[in-house]
Amino acid sequence: MATITIDGQSYEADPSANLLQAALTLGFDLPYFCWHPALGSVGACRQCAVRQYRDEEDTTGQIVMACMVPVADGLRCSIVEPEAAEFRAEVIEWLMSNHPHDCPVCDEGGECHLQDMTVMTGHCKRRFRFPKRTFRNQYLGPFINHEMNRCIQCYRCVRFYGDYAGGSDLVAMAAHNHVYFGRHEEGILENEFSGNLVEICPTGVFTDKTLKHHYSRKWDMVSSPSVCSHCAVGCNTIASTRYGSVRRILNRYHHDINGYFLCDRGRFGYTFTDAADRLRRPLLHPDRERDVETVAEPAEAMKRIREIFSEATGVAGIGSPRASLESNYALRNLVGSGRFSSGLPRIEHDATTALLEAMRNAPDGPGSLRDAERADAVLILGEDPNNTAPRLALALRQSVRNEPIRADAGSRIPRWHDRAIRDFVQDRKGPLFIAWPASTRLDDLAAGTHRAAPDEIARLGFAVAHAIDPQSPAVTDLDDSASDLASRIARALKEADRPMVVSGTALRSPAIIAAAAATVHALRRTGSGGSSFLAVAPEANTIGDAMLEGAPLETLEQQLESGEVDTLVILENDIYRRLPAPATDRIISKARRIIALDSIATATTNRADVVLPAGSFAESDGTFVNHEGRAQRFFQPLPPAGDVLEAWRWIGRIAAETGTSKQNEWDRLDRVLTALARDCPELAPARDAAPDAAFRANGQRFPRAPRRFSGRTSILSHLSVHEPKPPEDSDSPLSFTMEGHSGQPPAALVSHYWSPGWNSSQALNKFQSEVAGPARGGDPGARLIPGNGPNERPSTAIPAPVPDDDQTLLAVPCYEVFGSDELSARAPAVAERIPKPYVALAPTDAEHHGLDSGDSLNLLIGELRVSAPVRLDPKLPPGLCGIPAGMPGWSVPHLPARASVVT
Amino acid sequence: MNLRAETMEHIDATIPRYPHKRSAVMPLLHAVQRDQGYISNEAIAWVAGKLGLEPVNVYEVVTFYPFFRQAPIGRRHIRLCRTLSCALCGGFGIAEVLEEAFECRMGETAPDGSATLEWAECLASCDKGPVLMLDDDLHENLTEEGVRELARTIRAENAEGSDSSMTGNNS
Repeated sequence: MATITIDGQSYEADPSANLLQAALTLGFDLPYFCWHPALGSVGACRQCAVRQYRDEEDTTGQIVMACMVPVADGLRCSIVEPEAAEFRAEVIEWLMSNHPHDCPVCDEGGECHLQDMTVMTGHCKRRFRFPKRTFRNQYLGPFINHEMNRCIQCYRCVRFYGDYAGGSDLVAMAAHNHVYFGRHEEGILENEFSGNLVEICPTGVFTDKTLKHHYSRKWDMVSSPSVCSHCAVGCNTIASTRYGSVRRILNRYHHDINGYFLCDRGRFGYTFTDAADRLRRPLLHPDRERDVETVAEPAEAMKRIREIFSEATGVAGIGSPRASLESNYALRNLVGSGRFSSGLPRIEHDATTALLEAMRNAPDGPGSLRDAERADAVLILGEDPNNTAPRLALALRQSVRNEPIRADAGSRIPRWHDRAIRDFVQDRKGPLFIAWPASTRLDDLAAGTHRAAPDEIARLGFAVAHAIDPQSPAVTDLDDSASDLASRIARALKEADRPMVVSGTALRSPAIIAAAAATVHALRRTGSGGSSFLAVAPEANTIGDAMLEGAPLETLEQQLESGEVDTLVILENDIYRRLPAPATDRIISKARRIIALDSIATATTNRADVVLPAGSFAESDGTFVNHEGRAQRFFQPLPPAGDVLEAWRWIGRIAAETGTSKQNEWDRLDRVLTALARDCPELAPARDAAPDAAFRANGQRFPRAPRRFSGRTSILSHLSVHEPKPPEDSDSPLSFTMEGHSGQPPAALVSHYWSPGWNSSQALNKFQSEVAGPARGGDPGARLIPGNGPNERPSTAIPAPVPDDDQTLLAVPCYEVFGSDELSARAPAVAERIPKPYVALAPTDAEHHGLDSGDSLNLLIGELRVSAPVRLDPKLPPGLCGIPAGMPGWSVPHLPARASVVT
Repeated sequence: MNLRAETMEHIDATIPRYPHKRSAVMPLLHAVQRDQGYISNEAIAWVAGKLGLEPVNVYEVVTFYPFFRQAPIGRRHIRLCRTLSCALCGGFGIAEVLEEAFECRMGETAPDGSATLEWAECLASCDKGPVLMLDDDLHENLTEEGVRELARTIRAENAEGSDSSMTGNNS
């Protein structure tokens, strides 16, 4: 640590930081615009001016930009010195000369960094008396609203969108006082991280268009800490609500996971919670074959369930990778572990089990996104992160700079000095290798790609392991190009300080995962210290579900067949998305009775005898286990309305109703978690993912509503002027009102970022132990999988080469960031971005079958017929066809599989 | 793109001079502007394709520099200095003469297409102000009468259609 002097006081500061960072970490309020903790310094806006002195004797000093001054021992500066303060006020005045002062009608008003900084500098009187420059705004798609007149030219938008996220369609145009940030012409912002512009922009140029449709001020929204439910990364979010619906999702900082950024699926997918097909009342289907449903009172539904249970010869439960750990566990407890299914078909189940095994065996445990961002050589084996774990792709995009920076003089440039680092790195990229059947949106960074069938990808992985350490078995019959690539990859990984292998279940191949694990272990054996295995899973709780060790769906089918089981309880799972429709129909028709719990109406709930309305993430408390085995608690921002209950609570009531457990045994989250910890020791740390319901600060709860929440009495005045009693919360230490502890809660309970003088989300720096460092008091969540040290594990057999087959195509799943996730696809804004159905085909195969782009292709996959227009993908190897997974309305489950072309 | 053979030759020779193709964006834009007189959207897309960029990356550059033109201009290009020395020496009076002579305002093209009038920042000849650039030639120590004469010549040439230069550009 260095000792610096600010305004005559001595402080300890981190010498790898700049003065602005250090000042903010020390709690000073120093205004800034162009600097961003994740983007670094460029010294452009001149807002963070301070006076720096040479030594104790120096009384004159000079004005410097704090963001460009490295912290060093003996550094002396003044923030309050009058000329520096005046300088900062003048900078704001220049910036504001063209700003329209339309705060009352601006979505950013009340949480605007520009407002905060203006107040902070004390600039309060306008002298500019001339017409302001105005712009024409652009249509930027369903996510982002554009209002260029408010722009203060900090350039953070293009630095994030282009430099950080790799987008190419948002740029700065023109010069002088008419700089314009936008697209070449109107149109949808293509990059899947565009939503971060909402938080990156210090004012209201880029705002959340989905919020605009049901706008509310920040101070009027009741919020809670949540976890994104749209993939397995488990980005931390803040879900904000008013008038009983979710209004927006904001990033909640987690040092090891999402940092400052979310993907658009996570940020804009929330409106499924309010979609027309949400289930809010229990439903009864007197006749499952006919589409007749009656809405029932909960008591009536429970009575029917009691009847069903009393008639049943055996009840089995189908869990779900998108339901919380508590709900899955409650279901397993209700039906017994012998009759609990993970809700996955065997093909996915086996891959997930293999992944979990690889995570448990990984020398240092599964890697995090922060590890990915810091890696200096990466091999992606059988994953397409932009579409399967988008936030990971953003982390990997940063990783390719590490090797060039490490290489030589770059290591002497401070990492925060963004301009210098980018000038130094230029177009050089560290090693990133991608093995995936088709092209990916990280290909522009890749040092090498291997586009091949899943088994060939696994073979490449094993060849890399062998090239690193000859102890790993050799791969026979590998073609020359693959074997060259394998040695290049092996060399890059061996030379790296922090090599990383990314793999997952996207291609449903245990062999690929085994190959990735073999590579990581080979690295470990040959002495590469920091080798890391990063696991990618598809859904929010895939790992948590897998850790409960249910059986695949096919086992359940056998149990139904044998008559051991005749009744199903299906938890938040549309099994029509998991198995081909004929197979699902068989399961459904073999089950005499079906009870389904879900938050959304699906093909499966439509065929259940009883449907219970479960809470979405917004009406539930629960825990998801993310891709790195981190249990993370999400809290409801909304008290469940109507008959909606958390699925685990419904299951607890079923258990009580049918005599499986005692009344009230399962009516609190903490009780479910205690039982879970008792039954599953590996999952026991999940209890500590967040403080329990009894946790208090000075005897007080933590408010979900900000202190300036308004309209509490009038909000229901069209119904009654009597203010109802606020809802109670027996599951968390949060309250639904603004009453409670006014200080900072532990990171797991942060409902909004606010600090005196900091109304925007930039107040975050007051919630971190140091700027861009871990949250104060530690980041939330509990790691469940600690890693296994350098233990040897037997690798599975190396697959044989894929034989040439000109009769059929190998259909492999491909993924779409917008569309492949079930829940977000129901959000109208995301639905606009979902591509039309397609089958990706190599041009040579298309020619072979006499097809051109857009022609309709009919495929027979097992017993399933698939028909979709051809999309030519020149990167796809011949013999393969790519079918998007999980698309709404035409999901094609159970891939990879052989497909024959039907004419 | 319908470029002249020598322009194409020049472009093809220019690109390999840079370690990264994208660095050639400025010389290419200059070449296209010399050839076409201005840089059309078609030209932006063509340059982008040639250098492996997105059109918007070229558009950024074109809009940043005032000397890149996105619309055709008159037959001759007149850039009059408006910086301090020239202004003190009567540059704004010269502007009025030009506006009257070409029947258009500064920043516009004469109705007969003979010339486009533009303001320029310092042309680095402050001791001989006021000054203007006529295409690539610097005219110094301007007087109102001299400028009237110059304007007459330009308009006369234009009326005759004599081909002393390419359409409104610097060749």
